[in-house]
Amino acid sequence: MEILVATAVAAMTGAGVYLLLRAQTFSIVLGLTMLTYAVNFFIFASGRLTVNQPDIVVNPDGSYADPLPQALVLTAIVISFGMTALILVMSVRSYFESGSDLVDLFGSEESVSKDRQ
Amino acid sequence: MNHWMIFPILLPAVVAPLLVIAVRTDIVLARIFSIGCSIALLLVGGYQFGLACDGEIRTYALGNWSPPFGIVLVLDRLSATMLLLTAVIGLVVLLYSINGWDNRGRHFHPLFQFQLMGLNGAFLTGDLFNLFVFFEVLLIASYGLMVHGGGGAARIRAGIQYVVMNLTGSSLFLIALALIYSVTGTLNMADVSRKVLETPPANQAILNVGGVLLFAVFALKAALFPLHLWLPGTYANAPGPVAALFSIMTKVGVYSMLRFFMLTSAELEWMMPAALATLIVGSIGILASRSLGQQASFATIASVGTLFVAISGSSPIALSAGLYYMVHSTLCVAGIFLVVDLVIANRPGFGDALVESPKYAHQGIIAFFYLTLAVAISGVPPLSGFIGKILVLRSSQDSSNWQWIWLIILVSSFIGLVGMARSGSLLFWKCSATKVELGTKESNISGSHSDSVESPAESGIVLPSVACGTILALILMLSIFAGPISQFMDDTAEQLYDSKQYVNSVLGEAK
Repeated sequence: MEILVATAVAAMTGAGVYLLLRAQTFSIVLGLTMLTYAVNFFIFASGRLTVNQPDIVVNPDGSYADPLPQALVLTAIVISFGMTALILVMSVRSYFESGSDLVDLFGSEESVSKDRQ
Repeated sequence: MNHWMIFPILLPAVVAPLLVIAVRTDIVLARIFSIGCSIALLLVGGYQFGLACDGEIRTYALGNWSPPFGIVLVLDRLSATMLLLTAVIGLVVLLYSINGWDNRGRHFHPLFQFQLMGLNGAFLTGDLFNLFVFFEVLLIASYGLMVHGGGGAARIRAGIQYVVMNLTGSSLFLIALALIYSVTGTLNMADVSRKVLETPPANQAILNVGGVLLFAVFALKAALFPLHLWLPGTYANAPGPVAALFSIMTKVGVYSMLRFFMLTSAELEWMMPAALATLIVGSIGILASRSLGQQASFATIASVGTLFVAISGSSPIALSAGLYYMVHSTLCVAGIFLVVDLVIANRPGFGDALVESPKYAHQGIIAFFYLTLAVAISGVPPLSGFIGKILVLRSSQDSSNWQWIWLIILVSSFIGLVGMARSGSLLFWKCSATKVELGTKESNISGSHSDSVESPAESGIVLPSVACGTILALILMLSIFAGPISQFMDDTAEQLYDSKQYVNSVLGEAK
């Protein structure tokens, strides 16, 4: 199970970073989504991978499913969901303002400054 | 338990939704509520600062869940200083923006209060995950403020870069938290500090990776070289008052770094080359800027560099000098961004571009503000920048490579001085000598604000002058009372180095 989780996290992080490095808003939004999936999964795994364990400590010596990372993941999911919505709105606005979905600021300075006049 | 401790988080958290729901159509009422809330924050900040002066570390267990199980708020000298500084900057920026600037887009006041809530929370919390949550609160409010009132494609693009940068940072933050949690089993900072010492060697590597990632995140927020690249684009394109408020946001990164790495007794000396590089980049940027906004952004980077030089000195004296410089530079940077906005508002057609222009309204008073702030920032006597830099230089004289530190600080101060003198003479002196036809120069301006919609020339100069004057008065106070203040910073640095006191106040005496 460790191998499965580790490769899943690695693949999603890799894809996320690759997409982030593309200078277009849509790829970046997808990349950020991938990255946050990977992070959520990773936090979940930080409570150790266990199956069929109680989430309340019944006997102190036995193992249990750590409930705290699950709570943390819940918070992280909510925040990343909100942030994704926000960056989508900003991307759409940027597309309408500048007519392209590039995120590069300085390369397109000329065209941008023309827009403003 | 001192219930006033939660007040700086609770009050904006209550006022902001109230502003959204109840008074979103009435700007006057919104201003009254917002100013009232900021004044209350200032009073409570002052009260807590007074409390923290006695050197005791106060804690507040949320919901009375005893630490390390519940979230705990911690008030020591450093967090009290930051709370007070936030309240002061918040009130000044608010005074500036109610001049009519806040009415340019909707929901300025609620976003502003949420931002204050996030800042106060980040400075008070004693829990790592809670720190993450407050980071997100202040960031999401800052995303809204960044694009407040529209402002064209460049600002939106800069906003997107800023959001992407910070979302990536947040992901790293979460990975770091997960790593630290997986080893220590706790996220309470005091408890982490205790568990770190007991970490078995097998887990040490995971813990180190977590610590380095956390360092990267805080360095990103604080704009330490080479993670400073987002700052000039963002700050130069943000509206002036918002950039002034952002001056405290780089300090959140510095604060969190100090808090966490002091508690875990991490070595920070290796940060020195990065700090010096930050200083060099900042001062060259000051000289090379093509607009006043860009110049102010690079001045921010240079001040962060000086601050990190002091912090990586790794001694209580150096840290104390750094803390003094931090207060000074926050005030200066906030002031200079307000001046940038004043210039943009009063120079229709030219914005803040560093080009010659005809005479414009209120030139004299803006020039006075700029001159004083430039003197303070570049570290020329007699203002606090000089004292701050002297303190930093003196604290580094025992370091093995003090020649390099002195050389770079002094040379970069000089470069910064030249850059600011150049833009000052372009903006305030040359304009009276030349007459340029409006519209002919305009096509040459790029990378600066020149939107005509952005210039509320009809709005008065009184409130902005009060706001800038307050900043100048505070800088003057910081210079006059440099003795007692640096004494206080000495005590603060001592307290930060005494991580046992923090741990014991939060968790109780060790068994």
